[in-house]
Amino acid sequence: MTNYKKQKLSPGHNACAGCGQLSAVQSVMRALSDDTILISATGCLEVTTTAYPQSAWQLPWIHSLFENAAPIASGIKAALNKKKKKTKVVIQAGDGATYDIGLGLISGMWERGEEILYICYDTEAYSNTGVQASGSTPWGANTVTTPAGEKSFGSSQVKKDMLKIALAHGLNYVAQSTSAFPDDITNKVKKALATPGPSYLQILSPCMPGWQIKTDQAGQGGRLAVQTGLYPLLQYIHGELSTSSIKKDFKALPVNDYLSIQGRFQHLSKDEIKQIQALADKNIKHFAL
Amino acid sequence: MFTHHKTQFLEGARAVSLTIANIQPAVVSAYPITPQTHIVEDLAKFKAQGRATYEYLRAESEFAAASIVVGASAAGSRVYSATSSQGLILMLEVLYNASGLRLPVVMTVANRAVGGPINIWNDHSDAMAMRDAGWMMFFAENHQEAVDLHVIAYKLAEEFNIPAAVNIDGFILTHSFENVVIPDKTSIKKYLPTYKPALGTYLNPQKPVTLGAFFTPEHFWLEKKRIDEDLKHVLTIFPKNYQTWKKILPTPAPIKVSCDDGLTEYCGPKNPDTLLIAMGSVVGTIKEALKTDKNTGILKIRSYRPFPVNSLQKAVGNCKRVAVIEKAMSSGAYGPLYSDVSAALPGFKGVSSNHIVGLGGRDINIKTIKNIIKSAQRAQIKFW
Repeated sequence: MTNYKKQKLSPGHNACAGCGQLSAVQSVMRALSDDTILISATGCLEVTTTAYPQSAWQLPWIHSLFENAAPIASGIKAALNKKKKKTKVVIQAGDGATYDIGLGLISGMWERGEEILYICYDTEAYSNTGVQASGSTPWGANTVTTPAGEKSFGSSQVKKDMLKIALAHGLNYVAQSTSAFPDDITNKVKKALATPGPSYLQILSPCMPGWQIKTDQAGQGGRLAVQTGLYPLLQYIHGELSTSSIKKDFKALPVNDYLSIQGRFQHLSKDEIKQIQALADKNIKHFAL
Repeated sequence: MFTHHKTQFLEGARAVSLTIANIQPAVVSAYPITPQTHIVEDLAKFKAQGRATYEYLRAESEFAAASIVVGASAAGSRVYSATSSQGLILMLEVLYNASGLRLPVVMTVANRAVGGPINIWNDHSDAMAMRDAGWMMFFAENHQEAVDLHVIAYKLAEEFNIPAAVNIDGFILTHSFENVVIPDKTSIKKYLPTYKPALGTYLNPQKPVTLGAFFTPEHFWLEKKRIDEDLKHVLTIFPKNYQTWKKILPTPAPIKVSCDDGLTEYCGPKNPDTLLIAMGSVVGTIKEALKTDKNTGILKIRSYRPFPVNSLQKAVGNCKRVAVIEKAMSSGAYGPLYSDVSAALPGFKGVSSNHIVGLGGRDINIKTIKNIIKSAQRAQIKFW
């Protein structure tokens, strides 16, 4: 039997059934010690786990605002430094908070070089407010603010490369995973926490309403993202791509396998799918998958 | 370490920074903006010289600075920041959050106009932008008050878990030199003990808490009501706290004070015909202007939030005219202080007037004040 008291995120949160993010969070929690402080940006995770007066968190946890999880963590780290405490500091935020509204503040935190792990649960849209497009929304995705229609193929912007932005700050540990690979996530969190300085982990987290998938499809979505080369499992240690991790679980499946299970890509033409295939091919070549 | 309670001739910013150093916050973070800069430069220097041990974090914006001190405060540390004008506006979202999280953040606001048009000089339009954020807001008339109010701000903030802003007029106080007494660490500690929040009230793995939870309508209004009640409770304990502090650090008043309950201070005749009401350094000019006036008094609002309704009503008594002199305007309505004063005097039968002065650093001299007193015969709102 599961000892729920030992879980850092208790059952009883009110996220969607089958939520990719919540399952990724559990994989993260398995890697954390009790001597950890968590910071959440505004988003699904905060809303679904802390409906006052209840809380699903067994670790010290704070939510301040949408965009400021990074400087809140800096302040916590400074307070711990002053007290000479080695407590780990971990941020959990969505892609809206990370790619868009909080980006400048994340840059400021990375400049300060504090030992803080920043985890971005990437649903590729503002899931919590009803699936509006973010800087992470992929090209061609149908969202409520990039709707597909007679004169629109969905999002005309390409997904911003957050990993490169993290690497440009000289982070010692930068990695990418998806919620379908729990052990990969747990290992990466452990490695990130064992690496001195700031670190960044981005986890693709399939979102039921956002991706328009069924409650049993988060795992499939997360797996296909990796297997098609669109979202490879990556790990950069001291800026160098760790070759041992990249070929993992790649199957060279056509991107249509991944796109066709999701409502947000249903409108795409064959030509448009080809363009997304080109993005995957570029990844396959670049990362030598 | 820094002083032994002797009178020193100091710049206002230096008086504040020396006081903060002796209050010994654990974490300091700020972003430079004129006219706050001298304070945070001093604090960085004290740290670099090894004269202070706080963590000093460089922030890439005021928004970040405010968030950093909120984070450090949530982790159970005494914190400090300072800002002005545009910086305060940029912080605003975080400032609401600090009070909602019940964190005893203390901040100096070196008051400056808010653009556009851009202007770097003094008025109170920045402070008024945070009026409803759930912070205590104190206004200093001079350097000594700036010093005293910072110590008192920490005391009240940490006792009530309410953040506090100490407003000091930009340039007029921050960059001018006056005689001032800086309290040493020992006397501050007598009044303001080392900050040790109870386990279970801040982020500590030994006793995990959830801070900043999601509040539904049934809980949200109660929390807001509680903050309001606690702020109003400060009104009842401020006078005694103020007296206690002034016993530890007695300093002579430059001009004879008739009545001082901490929240407000009154100078003038027992039953004035005209009562002037103002905040901050302009009160010094007003006192000078009233030296030969036997019929007019000045009520200084030291605590703007919480607003000292009872002290105000008592001071107004049966006077014939009330003239509110203030350095901010709620465009399309009245000055914010005038609105507060009017709401606090529902039965006032005399003539009340509102005088908007000193916007963007516009000079206010003794003649201006004398003309205001003359024009207080008429109910009006007037820019000077």
